[in-house]
Amino acid sequence: MSETLADELSDDAIILRAEASDWRSAVRLAGDALTATGSTTDEYTAEMIRAVENLGPYIVIAPSIALAHSRPSPAVLKTGISWVSLASPVEFGHSANDPVRLVVGLAAVDHDSHLATMSNLAGVLSGDIDRLLEATTPEQLRALIRENTQ
Amino acid sequence: MKIVAVCGMGIGTSVLLKMNAEKVLRALGVDADVEAADIGVARGMARDAQIVLTSEELAPEIGDVPANVIVIDNFFDLEEITAKLKAALPE
Repeated sequence: MSETLADELSDDAIILRAEASDWRSAVRLAGDALTATGSTTDEYTAEMIRAVENLGPYIVIAPSIALAHSRPSPAVLKTGISWVSLASPVEFGHSANDPVRLVVGLAAVDHDSHLATMSNLAGVLSGDIDRLLEATTPEQLRALIRENTQ
Repeated sequence: MKIVAVCGMGIGTSVLLKMNAEKVLRALGVDADVEAADIGVARGMARDAQIVLTSEELAPEIGDVPANVIVIDNFFDLEEITAKLKAALPE
């Protein structure tokens, strides 16, 4: 097994119990965290928001969980992931999975480099996410993710 | 059997959907080729696929294809994916 999800989430990649007034600010936070880790430029954040404007809130892939992302582009400097838990749930306009309490930001340089990350993410998010949302520090979150890693 | 998992960008949700669909198909003992695709290329790929997996928002975008288009609400819910795939698989 290569790096686990917990190893990939540095302090800069994590924003916990954030205040977001709407889905755009929630996605922007996930983008800001990706930028903070050196994974993306601000343009990628704008691309993630445009993706939802153009294609709808399909990024809300499970109850409470949004996977904010765009496609590989010059705005992606390296493959990365970010984690934003929200203090108050935010409506994305999804018919089944609203409101969102967790936004995971994803940036990939190509179609393959992030597959291990995605597999780890699927393992972690298939479990009980309520506990993950209770984390108040990055250390605590990483410990909970390690417990959830299958 | 060819299955296409479709999302807007081809790197995020479709990849998760492909991974979980493969898990389900393995458990069901079904031999199938699952590919992830973005909406732009999906229409072409769906032409010779038997099943298309996607989200409710994107389903109308797939358009008129011979494939059986299945909408998944919770991409992490293996039970939902199992039930919907089972219903769509040939006997």
